[in-house]
Amino acid sequence: MGQLIHRYRAAIPWLLMLPGLAWLAVFFVVPNVQMLLFSLSEGTLLTGFTTPPDTWSFDNFPGAVTRYSGNFVNSIVYGGLATILCFLIGYPLAYGIAFRGGRYKSLLLFLVIAPFFTSFLIRTISWRIILGNDGPFLGIIRDVLGLVPDNFSVIGTPLAVVGGLTYEFLPFMVLPLYVSLEKVDRRLVEAAQDLYAGPWRRGGAITGALLGGFLAVALQVGLGYSQFVGETATPGLVALAALVGATAGGLVGASMVSQAFLRVTLPLSLPGVFAGSILTFIPSIGDYVNAHLLGSPKTQMIGNVIQGRFLEQNDYPTAAALAFILMAAILVAIFVYARVLGTEELSGGRA
Amino acid sequence: MPDVDVRLSKVAKTYGDVVAVDYIDLEVHPGEFFSLLGPSGCGKTTTLRMIGGFEQPTSGLIELQGQDVTWLAPYQRNVNTVFQNYALFPHLTVFENVAFGLRRRGVKGDDVKTRVADMLRLVQLEGFDRRKPTQISGGQAQRVALARALINRPAVLLLDEPLGALDLKLRKQMQVELKRIQQEVGITFIYVTHDQEEAMTMSDRIAVMNKGHYEQLADPETLYERPTTRFVAGFLGISNLLNGRGDGTADAYALVRLADDTMVRVPRGSVTGSGAVQLGVRPEKIRLHDPGATTPERHNRLAGTVRDASYMGVSTQYQVEIAGGARVTVYEQNVERATRSELWAPGEQVQLTWSPDHTFVITDPTPAADEAAE
Ligand SMILES: Nc1ncnc2c1ncn2[C@@H]1O[C@H](COP(=O)(O)OP(=O)(O)O)[C@@H](O)[C@H]1O
Ligand SMILES: [Mg+2]
Repeated sequence: MGQLIHRYRAAIPWLLMLPGLAWLAVFFVVPNVQMLLFSLSEGTLLTGFTTPPDTWSFDNFPGAVTRYSGNFVNSIVYGGLATILCFLIGYPLAYGIAFRGGRYKSLLLFLVIAPFFTSFLIRTISWRIILGNDGPFLGIIRDVLGLVPDNFSVIGTPLAVVGGLTYEFLPFMVLPLYVSLEKVDRRLVEAAQDLYAGPWRRGGAITGALLGGFLAVALQVGLGYSQFVGETATPGLVALAALVGATAGGLVGASMVSQAFLRVTLPLSLPGVFAGSILTFIPSIGDYVNAHLLGSPKTQMIGNVIQGRFLEQNDYPTAAALAFILMAAILVAIFVYARVLGTEELSGGRA
Repeated sequence: MPDVDVRLSKVAKTYGDVVAVDYIDLEVHPGEFFSLLGPSGCGKTTTLRMIGGFEQPTSGLIELQGQDVTWLAPYQRNVNTVFQNYALFPHLTVFENVAFGLRRRGVKGDDVKTRVADMLRLVQLEGFDRRKPTQISGGQAQRVALARALINRPAVLLLDEPLGALDLKLRKQMQVELKRIQQEVGITFIYVTHDQEEAMTMSDRIAVMNKGHYEQLADPETLYERPTTRFVAGFLGISNLLNGRGDGTADAYALVRLADDTMVRVPRGSVTGSGAVQLGVRPEKIRLHDPGATTPERHNRLAGTVRDASYMGVSTQYQVEIAGGARVTVYEQNVERATRSELWAPGEQVQLTWSPDHTFVITDPTPAADEAAE
């Protein structure tokens, strides 16, 4: 009897997990199996589909990749840039709230998630207006300041798409970063300072310049990049971008990054960096709303293709194959990323 | 080398309305084991943090080996700290924790290795270098924290209740160990504790702090035998305080007239004039005798009635009521009277005697420490 009760007690967590597991089975496993079957099928909605085991159409996969490789690259480049930008904007924000927020912490966090109270569709459409040819953004930099020529537009460019993605997924970056930074024991920072961790002048300048230069080039090339052209990435502009990025990065690195941050705060916040970048990268790589509303045909991402194949062309086999490839790519990326971030070097095991 | 390692001049620190440290003047000598002792909230940590550079004083100066460091950052001071809860870096191994300061100061490769190995040997943690802080015990973490600070050979080591989190047995062991290490490395220690016994066993000198300043600064023996304030008398062990007035001198002693006109001898120089004073005597210095018995000559003598006797094994603690109604605590070793039937019983008349040399005089009657001490 006692033993039975003991077993029952041990089983309670599993019993409590049942609804969740059932939910996952019905709404995750079943549709995925369904999709897998579709991805190996052939035919159209009109002629009807032939599904496994009657046919095993593995050709769908290489076919989809070759046909839509440009869109895959768009997704990876835009999603990647948006993630990096979210990190660059989000880390200082999360750090500021966690370390200097004082009694305004809750308010500031609330402001971070406040955009969620409006539908993201509405917000993206507002961006369309803000960035539009008659909108306030160009109104200022084109008409008032005269920084860009009259025929310049933002809507339809990768800049608009990456900007939209960055805006939309920023909270997903900030919240996990905040959580991990908030947990960093302030006494550890004091201990590091006690142990001669001062400013990080030379290292900060060099590292900052390298990262800044690299990033500016990536932005320059990435934002110039779109599915069929690479026209704006001229050597002169790339060099300029590298120079500007290196200067800015070097200044920030030398003046704002301390050794205590580098050796203690940053390594201890890596779980947040990992969670935040995954939560940003995954939805932005699969996003289709921003590319649809803010982009042009040239900036279509893989999400747009999948959506079109499914809902407009009713080409389920190709759409399903694309969805699977995307999923596999994301899983591989996460795995590699986890390995890289998880190593001793990055967590500060060696100096 | 200057003969003062750390000097605080009129140092004060306030947080809004809270006065954490209230004008402290202090000199700590090279190689000294110096303790700041006091109840929780008296400003010990704040004082230490100002020396370490984590807080800036609201006013006053802090000097390290003759250099004004008041406004220098922690990493610019040749001082290291063992933090209250160790503050070991959880993402680094024991080796890297200990090597942290060396690496920040640009010590390289093999040099780091040998010095860390030496240091781990000093704190008896050989073979632990690959562990993470989560994989060692509290006592070991304590040693790592010590090694991490000492390896930098600071001019002064600051320790904030470093043994507070350890159990009693380990604490006793570490007290001995800490003292050994301090003597071995010859570095000045400034040690913060609220445990009077800990401070007394380890320190060369102790500043007994109360409400943001220290009331008495002396070696442990002086603090115990001749406390000068009620607070110090009460914080370091139990003491009996009696009210009286100065009343001339006799032989080598000054005389004090108690409330019931009994005359008591006290060390000369501790009382001048005829003002009100409080004199004190420790419970273990007092002897009890039968009313008619002859008592040692020239000892102070009071008559009293036993009110309570608690047998405690090694000794018996008596409460004796003296003339005027005051109660005096007396400890008697259970040697001559060893069994319960032989002890003084409540209601018995006794004489209390003690040597005038064991009498101390409180000149600054601040409130007693009884409530504040734990
Ligand atoms: N950062 C702070 N802000 C406000 N008050 C503080 C701060 N640090 C300490 N205090 C106050 O200063 C006094 C002394 O504190 P502390 O130095 O920590 O005492 P101790 O270490 O002796 O227990 C206490 O009353 C405490 O509440
Ligand atoms: Mg304290």
